[in-house]
Amino acid sequence: MNSVSSANDRPVVSLRNVYKSFGALKVLQGVSFDVRRGEVTAIIGSSGSGKSTALRCIDRLETIDSGEIEVCGHRVDGRIDDLKALRLDVGFVFQSYNLFPHLTIEDNVTLAPRAAKRLSRPEAQKLAHQVLERVGLLDKIQAYPEQLSGGQQQRVAIARSLAMQPKVMLFDEVTSALDPKLTGEVLRVIEDLAAGGMTMVMVTHEMGFARRIADQIVFMHEGQAWETGPAEILTSPRTDELRQFVASEF
Amino acid sequence: MGSSLNANHLVYLLHGAVWTIGLSLIAFIGGGAVGFLVALSRISPLRALRLASGAYVQVIQGTPLLVLMFLLYFGLPTIGIKISPLLAAGVSLTIYVAAYIGEIWRGCIESVPKQQWEAAETLALTRTQRMFKVVLPQAIQIATPPTVGYMVQVIKATSLASVVGFVELARSGQIINNSIFEPFIVYLIIAVLYFLMCYPLSRLSRRLERRAGARGQEEFSFSS
Repeated sequence: MNSVSSANDRPVVSLRNVYKSFGALKVLQGVSFDVRRGEVTAIIGSSGSGKSTALRCIDRLETIDSGEIEVCGHRVDGRIDDLKALRLDVGFVFQSYNLFPHLTIEDNVTLAPRAAKRLSRPEAQKLAHQVLERVGLLDKIQAYPEQLSGGQQQRVAIARSLAMQPKVMLFDEVTSALDPKLTGEVLRVIEDLAAGGMTMVMVTHEMGFARRIADQIVFMHEGQAWETGPAEILTSPRTDELRQFVASEF
Repeated sequence: MGSSLNANHLVYLLHGAVWTIGLSLIAFIGGGAVGFLVALSRISPLRALRLASGAYVQVIQGTPLLVLMFLLYFGLPTIGIKISPLLAAGVSLTIYVAAYIGEIWRGCIESVPKQQWEAAETLALTRTQRMFKVVLPQAIQIATPPTVGYMVQVIKATSLASVVGFVELARSGQIINNSIFEPFIVYLIIAVLYFLMCYPLSRLSRRLERRAGARGQEEFSFSS
């Protein structure tokens, strides 16, 4: 927090006029939005509106055709010289958890801090204890992913990402594969992170949750950030498209 | 001359069988090492490596092992490189096995879900770390049953080394038969010995496959 104020005011994530096509399919058609430090941004919209693609572009899991993306001071568009520096700053949680099935929960969490940050084993293990305690799964530390429920696996995936101490975390429909009860336990973890001041961008279908914790809503429609604003836009939308979407979701 | 099968002949055959095992190990270790490089090259981001390894696989898979052995053992001396039967057999088996096992392993590496690569990527692991710490450990589990199964093929393929005069099981049988003229009994014994070497591996492969199948089933029912 002792960095100069201009660095603090700068958005953590910034998309400007981003275009992306998969072959003939135009997925992103000029997306622009900013994510400020310590804020939670929820990206909503119907399927096919480009939500997940926009999120994946932020971590350069997809390359973009044109436009600009800046993440934690890294230029993500065009040629990128230090992909690793970007990945060290950005955490990503997937819908399908993607835990490493051949490793215990502890090793899932310690792998990246040890391999990518060169932490010693004891340091990484200490870190693993902290993050697993935070998601309430310290007792599963020696288990394997297949022994855990979907909700528990997703909480481990969040812990695994947290252990890298990212500056921003991206969540890609992380509760879509879970039943309501398991969804609840994952959302509580995310809420706890939000309360701790983590900068987060989440693609979600949980409209109630988005309204409760999001500082900013990005409603995507036809490959654009159609309407952007505080959570209040969900109750009083400016555009017909968002009004229709909200009506269909609640 | 004209004597019947006796204990000395059996000892001689067993001695040949030991060399069959030895040659199989050479083929498997050599072919495995080169095959691993072939597998990695086939999925390399470098186009030149992909093309070169792809060509290697195509050429070797389209060439009989017998011709490969002739080429090395009889061909090389004509350009001034003399080579022992063991070396000729070992090298040609290595070249041959690498082309097949490399393809088996490439398939196993590629069958690890793409999301595993992605997850490792978002955790800032380098490509090499992603390969060795995340993908290969999972690929090895997938690769074990077909690899053990392929070892059976390798054991049988070593019998071709007899054509360059290397005395393994098949060749030792030929030698004995040349002196006692009992082809039926001699080759029957040889067949039994090959079977005894191959059968445990076939069984093991099938058991590993069943276990892997059961594991896959579990994961499937869990995620659905």
